[in-house]
Amino acid sequence: MLMNLCATQVHFAYDRLEVLRGVDLAITPGITAIVGPNAAGKSTLLRCLCGLLRPKGKVQLDQRDIRHIPRNELAETVSYLPQHPGIPAALTVFETVLLGRVQRLAWHVAAPDLAAVESLLGEFGISSLGNRRVNELSGGQAQLVFLAQALACNPAVLLLDEPNAGLDFHHQFEMCACIRERTRARGLSTAMIMHDLNLAARVADVVQVLVDGRIRCGGPPECVLTEELLAEVYGIEAHVAQGHDGHLLVTPVGLRRHTLASGNPVGVR
Amino acid sequence: MSETSLQCRPMIATDGYCRRQRQRLLLVGVALALVLMAFLANVMVGPVFLSPHVVCNALFAPDRVLALDKTVIWTFRLPTSVFALLIGLALGVSGAEMQTILDNPLASPYTLGIASAASFGAALAIVCGGSAALQAFGLAATSISAFFFAMIASLLLWGLSRIKRGASDVVILCGVAILFFFNAALALLQYISSESQSQAIVFWMFGSLQGVTWPKIAILAGVLLLALPILATQVWKLTALRLGDDHARSLGVDVHRLRLRTLLLTSLLTATAVCFAGAIGFIGLVAPHLARMLVGEEQRCFLPMSGLLGAFLLLLASVASQVVIPGSIFPIGSATAAIGIPFFLVLVLRKRGRCS
Repeated sequence: MLMNLCATQVHFAYDRLEVLRGVDLAITPGITAIVGPNAAGKSTLLRCLCGLLRPKGKVQLDQRDIRHIPRNELAETVSYLPQHPGIPAALTVFETVLLGRVQRLAWHVAAPDLAAVESLLGEFGISSLGNRRVNELSGGQAQLVFLAQALACNPAVLLLDEPNAGLDFHHQFEMCACIRERTRARGLSTAMIMHDLNLAARVADVVQVLVDGRIRCGGPPECVLTEELLAEVYGIEAHVAQGHDGHLLVTPVGLRRHTLASGNPVGVR
Repeated sequence: MSETSLQCRPMIATDGYCRRQRQRLLLVGVALALVLMAFLANVMVGPVFLSPHVVCNALFAPDRVLALDKTVIWTFRLPTSVFALLIGLALGVSGAEMQTILDNPLASPYTLGIASAASFGAALAIVCGGSAALQAFGLAATSISAFFFAMIASLLLWGLSRIKRGASDVVILCGVAILFFFNAALALLQYISSESQSQAIVFWMFGSLQGVTWPKIAILAGVLLLALPILATQVWKLTALRLGDDHARSLGVDVHRLRLRTLLLTSLLTATAVCFAGAIGFIGLVAPHLARMLVGEEQRCFLPMSGLLGAFLLLLASVASQVVIPGSIFPIGSATAAIGIPFFLVLVLRKRGRCS
């Protein structure tokens, strides 16, 4: 089921602190990486897109305003994985993934629910962890569990807030492979916030750059991630080249001189 | 992954989950058996010891026992035991749900001031006992007043948390404020009361399972019958709260409404329990902790386990209160605390040790 999630002129402020200043963005089938400096409003944008925050402007799921979609229906269509999911102290991996289908669960857990969890755990290679408590897992394993949870209700749109944060190289690649495979197989519209531009260039079909509450530019990684843009957005000097396997390679070299001199780095408010 | 390979693969995770679930159900069954045994023990002990045989006969074949034994059991011991069971159940369940919705292991009817408000209500009825308005209610005045103030405290908590959209830390801080307010008001009442009234207040605050009547039991059972089915329909949503508010909301759980509804139900349970039995400490705090350690936090086992352990602890305390000084009844509140505090400390210290 292919679906588009579109934001039109989305504004949002925490009390008086304006965070989003008119974001226009479309999350289409495939992987969209949302990148940008700290405090650009990336997480806030994701929370607006999944309906956790009520912004000014429009967020539409296939032409339907998400404010008019019942919360349980929206939750089954748009899955959101927060940056720091609460780690439940006394729930097992199986139960945590099962909670991804909380809208469908009754006192007696039905066979389709069990089968959905079983297949996800199998696919991610964590079947043997089913009875372990989530707080006993490593960061990488826990992140896989929460990704499985986000996928448990068969959503059409997947919003991930830094799913790679705190993971080692192996787990970063494993996580991205899982996301990519699922996105392709199910025709998901996936948006993920990322800080690692090399990884973004590798997995994303589209990169959107969010700066100071607005989309600065968006498009295929090789068109967006240029040395000029990195200098402007992050205030760094970086070399951008094509690697042996055809993917972009971004190598940060250092801070831009004049940014240092002015004492006012771009993007930091 | 193709369909065939999925079908051929053994259901490792599901099998493990089902096995774990069976183990938990077994534990709940053991708890139920313990409750029944404690119930039987509570009917047996008293000024006169009755054998299990006599008790069983009196319950199931009343013709085979002496009229005196039958009267003792049906008029005094059975109501007290059923009452202890229901009060323990109510306190265990409401403690578990308060800890769940407020995401705080310290939440209980006592730490949130509901019991203090009930104590204040009871004390007010005792001090104003001479007034005509209260005499019209007769002996029930103390209970009605305690219930009234417990509900006022709960509704205050509910209203404040509504203003703050159900934020759990605000609810807890408000609960602590309510606790201190009613404790201060209670101290003031004790200060202005006569010696006999002061004694009556202290006696009420110890808590008591004596003097219970079948109508009181019917009311308590009615409240439980109202609250438990509603809680049972939202077990998974309550479990999802453990993931944190935002995460639960993103899964489609209406966190604010769930929290407010559950707070209202637990308040009703607590207010009914404390208005009849007085301030019986620790059950609402200890039972959920023990249940969590035994069966985890998946509410389908956690909720019944917490209720059963609450009932078991209170029945045990009731037995202890009657056998410590033969022929007289030790205050049940003290007995619960005497059993509960060491128990609680062991739990807390064990947990710390495991974490480090």
